[in-house]
Formats: sequence, structure tokens, C-alpha cells
Amino acid sequence: MSKKKAANILFFFILLLGAFIMIFPFFWMISTAVKTPSEAATVPPMLWPKHPHWGNFVDAFKSAPFARYLFNSLLVTFCTTAAQMFTSILAAFAFSKLKFWGKNVIFMIFLSTMMVPIEMLIIPNYVTLTKAHLINSYLALILPWSASFFTVFTLRQAFNSVPPQVYYAAKIDGASDWNYLWRVLVPICRSSIVAMSILEIIASWNDFLWPMIVTNDANMRTLPVAVSSFSNDVGTNYPFMMAAATFVVIPMIILYLILQKYIIQGITKGGLVG
Amino acid sequence: MINQKTTWKQTLHALLYLAPMMILLTIFFLYPILSTFVMSIFKNYDFYRNVGTGVSLTNFIYLSKDPLFHRAVINTFVFVLGVVPASVIISLGISLLLNRFKKVRSLFQTIYFLPYVTSTVAIAMVWVWIYHSDYGVLNFILGLFHTKPIGWLNDPHYTLLTLIIFSIWKNLGLNIILFLVALNSVPRQYYLSASLDGASTWQQFTNITLPLISPTTFLVTINAMIASFKVFDQIYVFYHNTAGPNNSGMTIVYYLYQKFYTENNYPVASAAGVVLFVIIIIATVLQNYVSRHYVHY
Repeated sequence: MSKKKAANILFFFILLLGAFIMIFPFFWMISTAVKTPSEAATVPPMLWPKHPHWGNFVDAFKSAPFARYLFNSLLVTFCTTAAQMFTSILAAFAFSKLKFWGKNVIFMIFLSTMMVPIEMLIIPNYVTLTKAHLINSYLALILPWSASFFTVFTLRQAFNSVPPQVYYAAKIDGASDWNYLWRVLVPICRSSIVAMSILEIIASWNDFLWPMIVTNDANMRTLPVAVSSFSNDVGTNYPFMMAAATFVVIPMIILYLILQKYIIQGITKGGLVG
Repeated sequence: MINQKTTWKQTLHALLYLAPMMILLTIFFLYPILSTFVMSIFKNYDFYRNVGTGVSLTNFIYLSKDPLFHRAVINTFVFVLGVVPASVIISLGISLLLNRFKKVRSLFQTIYFLPYVTSTVAIAMVWVWIYHSDYGVLNFILGLFHTKPIGWLNDPHYTLLTLIIFSIWKNLGLNIILFLVALNSVPRQYYLSASLDGASTWQQFTNITLPLISPTTFLVTINAMIASFKVFDQIYVFYHNTAGPNNSGMTIVYYLYQKFYTENNYPVASAAGVVLFVIIIIATVLQNYVSRHYVHY
């Protein structure tokens, strides 16, 4: 019995150590952000400054147009997610409840796009958007991510789980497909839709390579791109860099803490995160 | 209504629902896939007119002779081999431990998952400071164990290790969640009857748990592998828009980015994209083949 207890204490200690390693970089980010540059570079490292400079956050925010970047990120994330959910709900409905010619062929063709590494598509997409004179525009940041077959696929699974009788009953009551979709199906499958939306919000907010490539104009940068170039500008001013990193990290952490039930549901229901 | 034949009217009706998704995915997914393959076989490419001339395998021959691309491929594979097995084993271990402590499980789960929801770029900036050779916390902690300071970010020998440690840390939470779901779907009765038959904890683990969670292990492995093949963001941040000291952090996607964005060599960049695509397909097919023998559905 005591052997088992000793093992449990050891296991708990391992978990605790693991949790410490997971959370430490976040603590260190905040801790460094409220130090002076010289306090940040002391040996041994200072765990927490005696007089935290909370004003660093304000100064960092003002030293670059972060308000604009924040607006860009919010706008792009909102539009991408809303557009992706709209196009996916419509398509998932067609695949799940409607009869039409070529259903399986169309489904398989788009299913195959899920295997392709997105990194491979940036070159032709960049060329397409350049030809359309959309580089440095919000459309360039939003349009390519406004449809995702992964989302269509997952929502179709959710729609399939609603018995067909519900559809026929609604039809007999005289509901059009459009009304049935938005008044019956979408409310029933709300949790799946919310889960997929949150996953897309996180992906869109954190995306880096694509926004970096399609924005040369500093005014069009999203937060992650802005923060990475900010770090080049301030050089070795680590407190400022950490304050800027906080602007990107904190909104998603708050969102996650509030909605973690849905996020985990989205991951486990979708099964795949590609 | 139930056994109706499909009609033109129904097809047109359905197409209205499908059109937004199909148009967008055709422009930004289907066309680019074909376009990448086409661009990769052109000898010359004129960006301003978006036309290529001279169909040949020049770009692939170039890649096969470019030492930098060799390094990118080797580094990518070393990175994948460094991240995937370690990540799967650690996350399985942690989820097994989490399952023992039901009361604190959700709190720990929340903490372990934090890195996954945060921006790679932003949190990699924090790690740059943690990895700093003079003022970094990591070297300070190693110093407590009388280890010499390591040039995590400036010694080319440590580049891949630096990237691997960060990447395991970043994505651990996702794998833990997937394993926890699998572990909790194993019926309790199996363990009860096994312990009645006198099976040890280890025997229960290898004979019940491992086979029953094998579909998840397979999924986690594939996910981690595909994500690792595409590593980019952290390299960009760690090495300030270079591929590390002496290109020691050059990977396939970084190579693609450099050829495309810095050197404007679209055909070679496209060819690198095709190589990445083929590698990912082969890896997935291989995994599927292996899974047929070891995964129990």
C-alpha cells in the first residue's frame, strides 16, 4: 500500500513538473515584459522584478501602430471565420440532405484537397492575387481561407446525425430547404458549428506565413506579422518584445479559458487537425 | 419523396448551396494544386504574363543537385524523427498519469493545452529569450547542474535540437487531449476482468490499453508527422528571418519560402512544393500500410 502511495506521489510530482514547464514561458513572457532592459539581463535571472513596470505594455502598444494591427487581426479573423462557416454550412447541407447528380464525384474531388500541404499553394495563390491587384488588401487575407473542406466534412457528419425524419417532417409542414437549414438544422447542430468556428478563429488569429507574404504595407499587417517585425526593430529590448508578444497571446488564451469545452469537442469530433 | 429519382431541378438547387464553397476552393485549392505541378515543370517562368516556357525536368534536376535542398530534406526528416516519436510517447505517458488523478485532471489538461492555442510566432519570441546563451533561463537552470552554457540559437550543432524541443512543447497538449479521449473510451470491464484473472498493471497496459487505443495512436502519429513536415514559423523567429547559423535549420518549407519570396525563383519553389507533397503522400500511405497490421479497429 505504501509502495503505491509513493508511486502516486512520484507521478503527481512528474505531472506538476510538466505543468510548470508548459506554463513557465507564459509566466516568463509577462515577467520580462514588466522589467527594465537591464533587469531582464541579470545573472542569475530575476524571477519577478521588485517594481514591475506595467507601463511597459502601454509604451510598447504606443511605439508601433498596434491599435491598427489589432483591428486588422480582429477584422480578418472575424470575416474569415464567418465566411468559412457560411460556405461550409451551405455545402454540408447539400452533401448531407440533398440529392443531386455527381454528388460522390464532387465530394471525392474536394475531399482530396485535404491531403495537400497548404504551403504548396502559396505561390499560385500569390500570383492569382497579384494579377487581381489584391495584394495588401483585406480580401487577400480573407478570401483564400473563406472555404475549407475540413469544415464542410465535419459539419456534414454533424448534419448526418440528425435523423432524416426531421427533414421530411419539416418539408410536410411546408418549410423550404433554406428555412429548414437555418431554423432547424443549424440550431440542432449549434455545438459543432461553434466548435469549428473556434478552431478557425484560433487558426486565423495565429496564421503567419500567408499574412506575411501578402502584406508588404505595414498598415495591413496582422498582429503576428507585426510582432515579428517589431522584434527586429526594437533589437535587444526584450521587455518590449515580450509586451508585444503578450498582445498576440493573451486574447487566444482568454478565449480558450472561456470556451475550452467547445475547443476540445471540436478537436475530438473532427478527429483530424490538419 | 424518399425514393424519388434525382432530377435536373434538384441538381441545380443543390448547386446553389454548393457554389460558394466550390468556387472558392476551386480558385484557391484545386487550381493552385494543378498550377504548382505545371509551374514546377517549366524551365522559364514569366511572372508578369504568368506564362511558362520550355517543359522539362530542369527544376527537379536542380533540386537533386542543390546541396542546400539536400540539407533541407535531411533536416526535415531529422526534425520529424526527433519530434514525432518523443511527442507521442510523452503525451501518452502524461495522459496515462492524468487519468490516475481524476480530481485535478481538468486543471492540468487546461495548462498542458495552453501552448497549442497560442501563436507560434509570439511564443517562439519568448523562447528566443529562454534559449539566450548568456541571459537565458534554460542555460541558467543547466548551470545549476554544472552543465556548460549551450549556444542554443547560435551553435549550428544545436539548431535542430532547439527546434525539436520547442515543437514538442508547443503541440503536446493536442496529443494529450486525443489520448485522454481514447483512454476513457476503453470499457472499464476489461480491466476488471483482467485484474480478476491476476494480470499485472503492465500486462493490462500492453494487452488492453495499447491495442484499444491504437487507432488514436495512429491518428496522433499522422497528425504530428504531417505538421512536422511543414515546420516554418519557429525557424523564421528563432533565427531572425534566416535558416539558422550555416543554414543548419533549413527545412523544405523554409527552402520553398526562400526560393519563392526572397529569390523569386517560382519554378524551383514549386518543384520543392511538389517534393513536399509527394513526401507527405508517401508517409501517409506507408503509415496506412503499417496500421493495417498493428491498428485494431
